[in-house]
Amino acid sequence: MDQNIVLPGQLLSENAENSGSGTYVKDGKVYSLLYGILDNKKKVTVVPFSGKYIPVPKDLVIGTVMEVTPSNWVFDINSPYVGLMHLSEYPARIDPSKMTDFLDVGDSAILQIKDVSMSMKVELTITGRNLKTLNEGRIVEIKSTRVPYIIGKGGSVISMLKKKFNCDIFVGQNGRIWINGKDEDMDYLEKAIKLIVQKSYYCDLNNNNNEILQLFETESSEQTGSEGSDNSQSEEKSFRKNSKNHDTPEDTCRKIDALLDPSHD
Amino acid sequence: MNNEPTKFIDENGLRVDGRRTDEIRPMKVDIGVLSRADGSCYLEWGNNKIISAVYGPRELHPRRMQRPDAAVIRYKYNMASFSVEDRQRPGPSRRSSEISKVSSEAFEPVVMTQFYPNTVIDVFSEVLEADAGTRTAAINAATLALIDAGIPLKSLVSACAVGKVDGQLVLDLNKKEDNEGEADLPVAITQDGEITLIQMDGHLTEDEIKQAMELVKNGCQQIQQIQREALLKKFGQYEEADTEIQSVPLTKKSSKQETESVDTESSELISGNILSDESSENREEQETDTLDILEDETEQSEDNEDDSDEEDFFVEIVRNNTEGESDDQ
Repeated sequence: MDQNIVLPGQLLSENAENSGSGTYVKDGKVYSLLYGILDNKKKVTVVPFSGKYIPVPKDLVIGTVMEVTPSNWVFDINSPYVGLMHLSEYPARIDPSKMTDFLDVGDSAILQIKDVSMSMKVELTITGRNLKTLNEGRIVEIKSTRVPYIIGKGGSVISMLKKKFNCDIFVGQNGRIWINGKDEDMDYLEKAIKLIVQKSYYCDLNNNNNEILQLFETESSEQTGSEGSDNSQSEEKSFRKNSKNHDTPEDTCRKIDALLDPSHD
Repeated sequence: MNNEPTKFIDENGLRVDGRRTDEIRPMKVDIGVLSRADGSCYLEWGNNKIISAVYGPRELHPRRMQRPDAAVIRYKYNMASFSVEDRQRPGPSRRSSEISKVSSEAFEPVVMTQFYPNTVIDVFSEVLEADAGTRTAAINAATLALIDAGIPLKSLVSACAVGKVDGQLVLDLNKKEDNEGEADLPVAITQDGEITLIQMDGHLTEDEIKQAMELVKNGCQQIQQIQREALLKKFGQYEEADTEIQSVPLTKKSSKQETESVDTESSELISGNILSDESSENREEQETDTLDILEDETEQSEDNEDDSDEEDFFVEIVRNNTEGESDDQ
């Protein structure tokens, strides 16, 4: 593994055309800019160990409202730059005076980066697939440079986590992860995420994806086994099934909603 | 100066602390020592003890200091009041402001500031114990802290001083040699030998400067080797401090929004929980449903007309649910 770690200023390639992200070209040779792991597959790139998230158009991120201005929400997107979402980006028509009813300071949402200007003005949107405000679950923050390891090759790690922990997971490119499920499940999932982040410093995940999955599988099963949560998980599942059978079709739920609606009181 | 030694270099060519003229003091490096900083480094060089922290790139206030095309490097060199024998008056001084300025300029050619317009990269170098050559030691520590913070650099920067005692050039002066010697020449260079900082105190001839530069390049290469080894050693030791993750539970919204969310999203989501496993696809369907409801107010009012039937039904469901819960416990 050791030969894959590179330091800033290290010579990586004699061919200037190979220069990928995290590198620079000087006198026709490629040098590293960052401290990280070398990826030599297509182009020579360096995956850094740390660093701040820099917004890129079309990225999906999780933002938290810092400020509400008369026409914009100002989001903290875990980056040196703040993100702005204009009123018109919200899927419903909102009166400017009621903006805080929909998203107030401290609320979080899954957002997409619409545009980034030259001076790094970041525009966000909430209209699109999977984009929504977040009212439940938890947000876990990791270093943004570790995000590819949580997602895995073609989302392999993420889908495994979803299956294993019965949780909804959404990974923002800015290093914020939204998880939602039973409290217990979320506790384990948090541990699992931490484990993957730790392992990512030892293993080259691009080559040893399976290896890390296996490592993780064994450790997580030990964890769950030792604390006897297997039982509770299965109980929970059966409970869910029961409730499915007991309960009623969707339209009755709607009727309940109508009943609960305080505007009719 | 009555206790001044007659000789700084003895007949065996050894200096007062037993080094040869071209030897640097032993250096010890620890990277990632501060959990709240983006990058940090603790460095001991002889009796110098320096801690260096990097924050950023982050938003720069006041905004008038921002550069629209690049990040600003704000370097702060400070000596702790207890770092020297006679208590140092805390706060900025002429000397520390000067060192801060030249040190920030020592990094400007190597840091890729153009990647982060309108931001600042803050570097704080704190001298805990001083024993000559603190500005060079601080630069060595700051380089590692910058790298630890994941900031793109074209090259490592290493710094070392060269001086003249007893008419002879010596590398990396210690305190005695610095205070009582004839010259002191701190230099910072990149891997390619580009000089990013050079200052001089005292007198040297042209030839002596040329020789001194050769000597100091040698010293800097040794330091670079130490820096590289420290970085390579750090890999695999990334454990607690660096993998610390934070989690924030999302609480239900404030009362105002509770009313909002009840008639739109959250109630739908709750019912969704009961009805189905939450795959993202289901979620989307539910969301569109929600919107339908929002727009279709007539549907709701229709539902409302036969309240009484529904109320019984509702009570029944609530009872079922609570029973289920108590069973679960």
